[in-house]
Amino acid sequence: MSAVMQMEKAERRPLLRVSHLTKSYGEVTGCRDINFTLYPGEVIGIVGESGSGKSTLLNVLSAQMQPTSGTVEYDLKHRGMSDIFTLSEPERRKLMRTDWGIVHQNPRDGLRMEVSAGGNVGERLMAIGARHYGDIRAAGLDWLAKVELDTTRIDDRPKTFSGGMQQRLQIARNLVTNPRLVFMDEPTGGLDVSVQARLLDLLRGLVRELGIAAIIVTHDLAVVRLLADRLMVMRRGEVVEAGLTDQVLDDPHHPYTQLLVSSVLQV
Amino acid sequence: MSAVSAVQWDEAYNFAYLDEQTKRMIRRTILKAIAIPGYQVPFGGREMPLAYGWGTGGVQVTASVIGPDDTLKVIDQGADDTTNAVSIRRFFERVAGVETTETTEDADIIQTRHRIPEFPLREGQVLVYQVPQPEPLRKLEPRETETRKMHGYAEYGLMSVRLYEDIARYGHIATTYSYPVMVNGRYLMSPSPIPKFDNPKMENNPAIQLFGAGREKRIYAIPPYTQVKSLDFDDHPFKVQTWKECCALCGAKSSYLDEVILDDRGGRMFVCSDTNFCEDRRAKGHTGPLGADPAALAFAHKEPAQ
Ligand SMILES: Nc1ncnc2c1ncn2[C@@H]1O[C@H](COP(=O)(O)OP(=O)(O)O)[C@@H](O)[C@H]1O
Ligand SMILES: [Mg+2]
Ligand SMILES: [Zn+2]
Repeated sequence: MSAVMQMEKAERRPLLRVSHLTKSYGEVTGCRDINFTLYPGEVIGIVGESGSGKSTLLNVLSAQMQPTSGTVEYDLKHRGMSDIFTLSEPERRKLMRTDWGIVHQNPRDGLRMEVSAGGNVGERLMAIGARHYGDIRAAGLDWLAKVELDTTRIDDRPKTFSGGMQQRLQIARNLVTNPRLVFMDEPTGGLDVSVQARLLDLLRGLVRELGIAAIIVTHDLAVVRLLADRLMVMRRGEVVEAGLTDQVLDDPHHPYTQLLVSSVLQV
Repeated sequence: MSAVSAVQWDEAYNFAYLDEQTKRMIRRTILKAIAIPGYQVPFGGREMPLAYGWGTGGVQVTASVIGPDDTLKVIDQGADDTTNAVSIRRFFERVAGVETTETTEDADIIQTRHRIPEFPLREGQVLVYQVPQPEPLRKLEPRETETRKMHGYAEYGLMSVRLYEDIARYGHIATTYSYPVMVNGRYLMSPSPIPKFDNPKMENNPAIQLFGAGREKRIYAIPPYTQVKSLDFDDHPFKVQTWKECCALCGAKSSYLDEVILDDRGGRMFVCSDTNFCEDRRAKGHTGPLGADPAALAFAHKEPAQ
C-alpha cells in the first residue's frame, strides 16, 4: 500500500476500533491488551503459532465471547461507533447475522447440515424478513455461482459436499446479506493444498470486488500474504509486531516474527 | 347420539384426580399462557395414570379447569369412539363424576387429539389440545437455550427455512399437519398435529384454546378472538386441503375427510373425520353416495389410523 493510500485511509472513519482488549480463562491468558483499528474494506491477518490466542481474539472481536476487559467499538449503520458489548443481546445477534459474517474453521459450526444448500444461503434473508420464495431462491443461485459452486446442487445438503465446497457454501451463506465485516478462523484449514489455493483466489476476488473488510486468523503465512493488507503477529496472547503485510513478512523486526517467517517454528 | 351418562364420582380420588395444590399451580400456568398468547409456559407436570402420548398434558389441563357441572367431550382425530377418547372420557366420569357428551354444542370442555370440531365453537367453551411436541423449531434447532432466545427475540427466520425446504423438495409447502402459526403477531406456535385444514379455525375463535404438553411440561394458549396466521411465502400462500369427493355418508363438501379402505379390492370411501358432525348431518336427513350402504356404515365406525 502506498503512503498516499495510507493517508487517505487515516482520514476515513474506522469500521472497528479495539482498545485494551483482554480475555482470560481464569488464570490462563487468552489474549492481552490488544489495540488496533480496522477501516472499511481493509483486511487484517492475525498470525501466530498454535495457542498464541488468535481464536480467542477473533471470538471476542466477533462477540461470540465476552471480554474480561477492554472495548470493541463498531460503526453501526444507524448509530455510529458503539461498544458491541453494550448492545442488547437481540441487537448483537442481529448485527452478527446481517452486517457481519462469521466463517468458521469447521463448516459444521457454520452450516446447517440437514438443510439444503439453497436453504443455508437463504436463511439470513428469511431472518431479516424475506418472504418471497422465488426471490430467495434466485439469491441462492446467484450466490452459489459467485462462490463457484455448481448451481444444480442447490437442493443438495451440505453433508454431501466436499470440505472445500462446504467452505464455499459457508462463505455464500454469510455474504448474502452484504456484510461490511467478515471474521474468518483458519478458512483454509483442513483442506488439500490445491483446494486451499482455489479457495484463497476466490476469497481474494470476493473481498476486493465487494469491498468487504475482513479479519482472518491463520497459522499459514501464505494465506495472509495473499489476502491481508495488514498483519498482527501474536505470541502468548499478545501482539508482538504489527504492520503492512509485506513489510512484516519481508523485514520482520521482532525475533519471534523472524522465527515464524524463517519457518523455524513449527506453526 | 349425545350419550349423556349419569355417573358417580369415585370419592377415593380427589375431584378430577389432581390434588388442589397441583390444580392451582396449573391454573396459574394457564392464566399466564392466556396473558401471553402462543408463549410456552413451563409447569411442574404431574405423573398421570396414562402413558405419555395418551394425552397426559391435555388431561392435566382438563383436570385443572373442569368443574362438577361441566360437560366433557373427548375426541381423537375427530372421533368420539376410539380407545383413547373413550378411556379419557371414562377417566373423568370416574374421578370427577362429570357428564360427558359427543355433541360439540353441548360440551363445556372438549379435549382433543389432533382435530378441531367442524361445528363452530362458542364463547364459554374450552378446547384442550393434547400436544406431543410443543416446540415448532425443535426439528431445526435441537438446543433449548437457542430456541428460547429465538422466541424471546422473535427470531423466526428458521421456521421459514423449513417451509423453503418443503418447496425446494416438493414444489409446494408439503407440511400438512403441525403447520406453524404466528399468534397475535408475536409468538411462533405449533398447533399440535391437527391438519392444516383446521388452522383457520384457530383464528378469531370465540372459545378458549389451551394446549397441554405432558412429556415436555409446557402449556400454551390462544385466548378468544385472537389473530392466528399460518406462515407462508408471498408466492406460495397458505392453503388448506381440499377434496374432489364429498363425504360418502352425509354428503358434506366442506368437512375434513378421512380415507377409509372398504375391502381388499381397492374399494374405498371418504368420510367426515368428525363423527359427531357427520352423524348430526345424517340425523337431519343429509346423505352421501354411500349413505344407505350397510357395509360403508359399518366401516365408518372403525378406528382412524393412529
Ligand atoms: N475455552 C477455554 N478455556 C480455557 N483456556 C482456553 C480456552 N480456549 C483457549 N484457551 C487457552 O487460551 C490460549 C489461547 O488459545 P487460542 O485462542 O485457541 O489460540 P490459537 O487460536 O492461536 O491456537 C491457550 O493457552 C489455550 O489453551
Ligand atoms: Mg485457533
Ligand atoms: Zn359426513
